[in-house]
Amino acid sequence: MSNVTMTVNGREVSGEVEDRTLLVQFLRENLGLTGTHVGCDTSQCGACVVHVDGRAVKSCTMLAVQAEDSAVTTIEGVAKGDELHPVQAAFREHHGLQCGYCTPGMIMTAIDMIRRHDGDLDEKTVRHDLEGNICRCTGYQNIVKAILAANEEMSGMREAAE
Amino acid sequence: MYSTTYHRVSSVDEAVKLLGDCDEAALLSGGQTLLPTMKARLAAPSDLIDLGRIDALKGISVDGRSVKIGAGTTHAEIHASKEIAAVCPGLHEMTGVLGDPAVRHMGTLGGSLANNDPAADYPAAILALDATIHTSKREIEAGQFLVGLFETALEDDEIITAVSFEAPERSGYEKFRNPASRYAMCGVFVAKSAETVRVGVTGAGGDGAFRWEAAEEALAQRFEASALEGLSLDPSEMLGDLHGSPEYRANLVRVMAKRALAKA
Ligand SMILES: Cc1cc2nc3c(=O)[nH]c(=O)nc-3n(C[C@H](O)[C@H](O)[C@H](O)COP(=O)(O)OP(=O)(O)OC[C@H]3O[C@@H](n4cnc5c(N)ncnc54)[C@H](O)[C@@H]3O)c2cc1C
Repeated sequence: MSNVTMTVNGREVSGEVEDRTLLVQFLRENLGLTGTHVGCDTSQCGACVVHVDGRAVKSCTMLAVQAEDSAVTTIEGVAKGDELHPVQAAFREHHGLQCGYCTPGMIMTAIDMIRRHDGDLDEKTVRHDLEGNICRCTGYQNIVKAILAANEEMSGMREAAE
Repeated sequence: MYSTTYHRVSSVDEAVKLLGDCDEAALLSGGQTLLPTMKARLAAPSDLIDLGRIDALKGISVDGRSVKIGAGTTHAEIHASKEIAAVCPGLHEMTGVLGDPAVRHMGTLGGSLANNDPAADYPAAILALDATIHTSKREIEAGQFLVGLFETALEDDEIITAVSFEAPERSGYEKFRNPASRYAMCGVFVAKSAETVRVGVTGAGGDGAFRWEAAEEALAQRFEASALEGLSLDPSEMLGDLHGSPEYRANLVRVMAKRALAKA
């Protein structure tokens, strides 16, 4: 067993975990943050994507102890109170989900993607960067549409702020 | 996943010492191969030695055309390096199509090489770049390092610390992805230096990654796709599985080589 401490959605948390505990288990079972999903057992589906120190990672493929002292953001941490994050709002607006199971991972991947490309996104890049996120209902069409729309929106917000 | 004991170390020496002290320890770098394998209960190390916080294993240095990359550098860091993109576009390209963004944020150069998956991308690159693998004990040439399927020249208590190479004049990489796993069904890395051309092939060889020497000779004469017309590979030396027959892969190598060349 190990004691692990990290910051999750801005709040410092700690807990006793078995060394083999995956980060996703720690988030869901110790912290009750069940927005992060587990959709496969092979590190392929991306339903579990969270941000660790600002980068998208698969929380099913990282041990909780590896995240010691890190800053973790989950889907529960992206909205500002009642105000949805622009990517969440775009998924709602453009119907970027059906069953919703993959959505938390999709949104965390999309936020990371928009940051990495610094606003410079086109459809081809979005599709390439969604390689690690599997959706079995939408056919991706509206997910791509939502990410491009959120990217526009966020670029506009950045310009307005400058 | 079976139970295991986790250790975080801050130096290579400490990691080497622990490897000797533990029963059946495994090194943990990005975890993008080891953890899925442990989850599937195909590996059950007694101890995990986490190299993730050893600063000495991280970073990229480019001095003229001499490149050295720490074993703990992630695929994403290599892909994002402007210096790498400038001196070795093939490696820049390759690290952008390996796995997916989340895998690239965690997975490392050293972890990939130590694993030597016959469908991984780096083996083709280190052969074509004539790279040197630096370890806690010695320096090993790429050709000697890659021994066979999932097999390397590494000893049990040996840790990869860095990879170095002279950047070629031109380089390119192209990969045909397995439609399900996205690993390479065939990946070809082409590198041209002043006098020689080297062609590294992964995903297709029955014994793992290899150099396609006939293509190297032809391309040294004429560095263009048409030089590959008429060349063929022996299917009996190719990998065959449910995704593609040896004959299919033999043909795929030539097609990928032409496309890699077009990018170089
Ligand atoms: C969904 C998915 C898709 C992927 N797609 C691709 C792909 O298309 N192409 C590709 O090439 N790879 C792919 N990978 C694998 C990925 O590139 C891994 O990052 C890589 O193979 C292993 O690197 P790691 O740092 O994660 O190593 P780990 O998983 O931590 O370790 C792998 C092995 O190397 C050993 N090891 C680690 N570091 C060292 C060291 N410094 N010295 C000695 N031994 C060491 C470990 O003990 C272990 O046996 C994929 C992985 C996933 C999960």
